[in-house]
Amino acid sequence: MTMSSEFLTIYWRDMLRFFRFRALLFSSLVQPALWLALYGAAMSSNFSRFTFALTIPPGDISVSYLTFLGAGVIALTTLFTSLFGGVSLLFDKNWGLMREIFASPTPRTHIIIGVGLSGVTKSILQVVVIMVFGLLIGVEFFQGYSIFETATAILGILVFVAIFSLGFLFFSSAISMSMETPESLQGIITLLSLPLFFASNALYPIDSFPPFIQYLSLLNPLTYLIYGLRYFAIGTDFYAMGYHYSYDLQQTIVAFLALVFFCVLMFLLAWRVFEKAIVT
Amino acid sequence: MRLFLNLEFNLNPLLRYKSLKVSGISEMQNKIIEVNNLEHNYGDFRAVDDVSFYVFEGEIFSFLGPNGAGKSTVINILITLLPIQKGTIKVDGYDLATQPEQVRRSIGIVFQDETLDRDLTVWETLEFHGRLYAIPRNQRRQRIDEMIQLVELDDKRNVRTRNLSGGMKRRLEIARGLMTRPKVLFLDEPTLGLDTQTRMRLWEYLKEVNEEGTTIFMTTHYMDEADQVSDWISILDKGKVIISGTPLMLKNALGMDMISLETSDDARAADILKILDVVNNVKVTSKGLVVTINSDGTHCLPVIMDKLKGSDIGITSVNLKKPTLDDVFVHYTGRELRNDSAERMTSRMLSRGGR
Repeated sequence: MTMSSEFLTIYWRDMLRFFRFRALLFSSLVQPALWLALYGAAMSSNFSRFTFALTIPPGDISVSYLTFLGAGVIALTTLFTSLFGGVSLLFDKNWGLMREIFASPTPRTHIIIGVGLSGVTKSILQVVVIMVFGLLIGVEFFQGYSIFETATAILGILVFVAIFSLGFLFFSSAISMSMETPESLQGIITLLSLPLFFASNALYPIDSFPPFIQYLSLLNPLTYLIYGLRYFAIGTDFYAMGYHYSYDLQQTIVAFLALVFFCVLMFLLAWRVFEKAIVT
Repeated sequence: MRLFLNLEFNLNPLLRYKSLKVSGISEMQNKIIEVNNLEHNYGDFRAVDDVSFYVFEGEIFSFLGPNGAGKSTVINILITLLPIQKGTIKVDGYDLATQPEQVRRSIGIVFQDETLDRDLTVWETLEFHGRLYAIPRNQRRQRIDEMIQLVELDDKRNVRTRNLSGGMKRRLEIARGLMTRPKVLFLDEPTLGLDTQTRMRLWEYLKEVNEEGTTIFMTTHYMDEADQVSDWISILDKGKVIISGTPLMLKNALGMDMISLETSDDARAADILKILDVVNNVKVTSKGLVVTINSDGTHCLPVIMDKLKGSDIGITSVNLKKPTLDDVFVHYTGRELRNDSAERMTSRMLSRGGR
């Protein structure tokens, strides 16, 4: 009883469904790769036209737009997958399945954690696919890393993705639980995802933003995820599209702690919503 | 209320004790559910108004009533899905307000609407449920096999629930409700929308389960069903318990039994019967006499027959018609339950999703 593990039950069912629907599984893995391939290829040939004119101090590393974008695509894919990760709860609620779970001795926190873990698993699978695919089409991640450094970097990326994903899954679960219809849920998520998406450095350098948006981006968890991703995938010092990036371990730890804070906050929100939720 | 007390006096209260009927005098039965002064409001609307009742261990207890009577609210409170606003409830000795976790472990539930994940197989559905209740793996697997056998779904083990018929789905849900070996099984409209044959088969399982000691608490608006299977019925209307009793008590209490007689001399027989205390009315028809009496017909009939025999009137045919639960319901609520249930099916269909 003290070591109850009912969250694994919720996790098990979610995974069963995920792998059962081949079409969904396939599209969720291929979609981000396509994004990277099409958007990345198109934009990088555009950007390379004028980034040629930019001068970079000799001896410094300059990375391609595709490489810069690689981390962004990982982050955005994780964001969208996680934002919609709680939708299954809404369907469970509307189909009456939630009654079975709510009337069982399984603690409600376990539902939140189970759904969170299954969402994280999906995100990690997606990220692995994106990284493998990215490396194949010319994303220059882990350049000049030793095998050990590469392994550490991959681990670092996955940990960042996991904590970020978990935060948004808790958030998504909280909203799903409070909503009545999938349509209203979709509306809210779309409304929220747009500012998150654009007020971030996923697609382009943040330094060129107006100060207001730069300020806003500091409140955006996506910013911190991307910071971590680029630190691990590209390195501590590089140029991208003429901007100088220097990342250090200390700031990366701060970014990580910011994500942990966000995650805990979202868990508390979801907990509150679930404890108050009445499903009949 | 007054009538309830009368019943307790007039009729053998020991009828309430099932085991006494079966095995002679035995220990007092255990109250497995005790509800005291339950009240529940949705905003200004009082859905449940001072409801008290108890359920004995081992019996089949039915809540009968039209849509909006408060049946679902009471059952949702009992199965811990709705909080208690006012009143006290004990299930299997546990206080529902303070020990919901223990209550959850003591009960099994078959919900009103279908609550199956259509993309899981029969086996997975039960596995999921067993894990929700943290039944250890070996025990769980064994019970799944038992349950699948009990409800005869062996050949559907690996079939997704979306491909099961309505009756099979219901059987699976019953298996699910039973696999945790609950003390009380809650059935919320268990046979709604099923054909007569399927309903009868379901009751075969449920009676088997009940005979092995599981208490059954159900809500229904099928009068005949409640009549046939229940040990005790409470009729609920507008949030209040109107009357309770065994099906027989309820029907007898109306005192509207009708006796049809064919005699050798109808006119004289009518004169003799009219003056009896128990007789309300005697009608002479072309087919004989129709005697309406004011108490239990099964007890009056011998008296009437003796009386007629004593007056040398020959009886060629006798028929006793007892009131049905429908009559009982109409008598106490002034409405037909049937119309309500028809309405309710439509309103359910219209309001799907807006719950």
